[in-house]
Amino acid sequence: MKLRDLGDLAFRNLREAVLRNSLTTLGVAVGVASLVAMLSLGVGLQQLASSRLAKSGLFDSIFVTPKTNLRGPGSGPPATRTPDAKSRLLDADARAEISRMPNVIEVYPPIRFFTEVRYEGKPYATMVAGMPESSKASGAFDGMQGHFFSSPNADEAILQAEFAKELNPQTSSLIGKDLILRYAERQSLGAPGGDAASSGGFSVVPKEKHFLIIGVVETEPASGFGGFGSGRLLIPLPIAETLRAAQVNDLRDILRGSSSDKPTYSSLTVRVKSPSLVEATEAKLKDLGFSAFSLLDASKSLRIFFSVFDLLLGIFGSLALAVATLGIINTLVMAILERRREIGVLKALGAADSDVKQLFFVEAGVMGLFGGVFGVLLGWLIGRTLTLGTNIYLHRQSLPGVDISSVPWWLVLLSILFAVGVSLAAGLYPASRAARLDPVQALRYE
Amino acid sequence: MTELPPAIRLESVSRQYTMGESVIRAVNDVSLTIPSGEFLALLGSSGSGKSTLLNLIAGLDRPSSGAVIAEGNDLSKMSPLALARYRRQTVGMVFQSFNLLPRMTLEENVELPLRLAEVDRSERATRVREALQRVGLEKRIGHRPSELSGGEQQRTAIARALVNRPKILLADEPTGNLDSTTGESILTLLREIQKNPGMTIVMVTHERTLAERFADRLAVMGDGKLLSNGAAR
Repeated sequence: MKLRDLGDLAFRNLREAVLRNSLTTLGVAVGVASLVAMLSLGVGLQQLASSRLAKSGLFDSIFVTPKTNLRGPGSGPPATRTPDAKSRLLDADARAEISRMPNVIEVYPPIRFFTEVRYEGKPYATMVAGMPESSKASGAFDGMQGHFFSSPNADEAILQAEFAKELNPQTSSLIGKDLILRYAERQSLGAPGGDAASSGGFSVVPKEKHFLIIGVVETEPASGFGGFGSGRLLIPLPIAETLRAAQVNDLRDILRGSSSDKPTYSSLTVRVKSPSLVEATEAKLKDLGFSAFSLLDASKSLRIFFSVFDLLLGIFGSLALAVATLGIINTLVMAILERRREIGVLKALGAADSDVKQLFFVEAGVMGLFGGVFGVLLGWLIGRTLTLGTNIYLHRQSLPGVDISSVPWWLVLLSILFAVGVSLAAGLYPASRAARLDPVQALRYE
Repeated sequence: MTELPPAIRLESVSRQYTMGESVIRAVNDVSLTIPSGEFLALLGSSGSGKSTLLNLIAGLDRPSSGAVIAEGNDLSKMSPLALARYRRQTVGMVFQSFNLLPRMTLEENVELPLRLAEVDRSERATRVREALQRVGLEKRIGHRPSELSGGEQQRTAIARALVNRPKILLADEPTGNLDSTTGESILTLLREIQKNPGMTIVMVTHERTLAERFADRLAVMGDGKLLSNGAAR
């Protein structure tokens, strides 16, 4: 029989016992829905974690340090140390050179210093951190009060919420107010001959600078490596650099014997265009004579974790589909009993065993197709409901909303194919049983 | 005048069933030749083996021994697929209980053998209409079997049996569920079909008077054996 005729007859037969076949199809739909809901949750959570991590800049960043720096000052005075031919100082020239490397989008030093802030005449001790422009996209500033820096060179400050509460429990009222940063500016000591580099030291001069408070942020933004949330007063990184505030690693510079006006860095964070470029760039940086380190391996572990997570969710989701399969087998076996005489007539009229088998097979496939399509819709709805529920909860906790479920096109396609495949497999036994019916016996059946 | 080859030839055909330890010989060593274009009535009491013999000729069952040769084909040697094709193309069947599919209209019931034979859709409508015209039911084409009388249902079954233009028409007690007047009209119809377009008909019945009036020849069976075989009139 031609496929179109098989389809016609199958639809007609399915319509005949509409309630039973609808319930069986609904069983398949519920099975597929549970599978889709589980996997959409897995995919959604994975996408959420990946995008958060990608936005954080941890996976497209390389942490660069001078080679000697890691060895520390304990290995003898500089004069007696055998210089590594390739080891280089991480200074402004090196920074400029790294900035010119292909695929590098940003190079910045971690700037954090402990200082005093005056707000409405009262002093507060806090840690200041310079935030690169790229940190705006990290997601850490999503849902903040106020806004991000208007430009990289604006004298603006964002307060971390805990610190902001110290200044004023009504944090929103801080926005638009002025605060004074009192810090120690590093000035190199000029030697009698004027050779700053050989003087081997620097002095610190107290300075003040006014900043406009433009925002309050709940989270502690990470600014790539080395910037993990220790800043409680955040200012634009270029401004932080111009302050030339004395930092902890300045002491190391003295020991190294270089405390020129030219800044040297204990480390630099290098951001590349995408995580896939990290490995090659890291190798190039090592060739330039620096130590380089990245967190890319951690993202691989994350992918492995989510693969296992998805597999487990898929197995739980499939359990409902397995039950639905039994429903299909039951429905079709019942249909054979009811349609015994009809099968006999079909055979008497010239239907081959294969025609009868295909007819039952198509009926199973149609139930699977409808169940699959309906199930995907239902699963998507369950996912949306879960997302909605989660967001209501997060909203009550004053946290920004997230999308925890995602139904990509491949999941839609695979789920429908899976439902049809499982239904066809369920139809195998009933179909071959129907095909084997003896027409003489079947025609006698009342 | 050259004699036509026989439409059906049965050579020492036996069909036995095993029920527990006993063996039932439903058809026991029957040999019979049915010439092309003949209307043969198979008579016998209940359990005489006439329906089993008809099923063997229809290719719905296979003989335990002997040969069933229809239109030159030895059915006992045919594959299941070839037997299905034989049932589709060479024979048409009519049953006592009509066996129309209740949820289909007359048109769809009559179209069913054409679907199985994979006849083009464009041709099907014409052939269905022709077949229903032949049995006088062209105006009831959209009706369902339950909306028809018994006689009309049997006419529909005859149209369904004819639609693939078979050479042999097999009827198993076609008047068994009908009153005598309707039964006669059905047999008149079968007789007309036998003459035009020209067809071999084998009819199983236990109504001797009707068989004598309409069939060319009577074959009487009893206990699986052929008891007599001779001209009806």
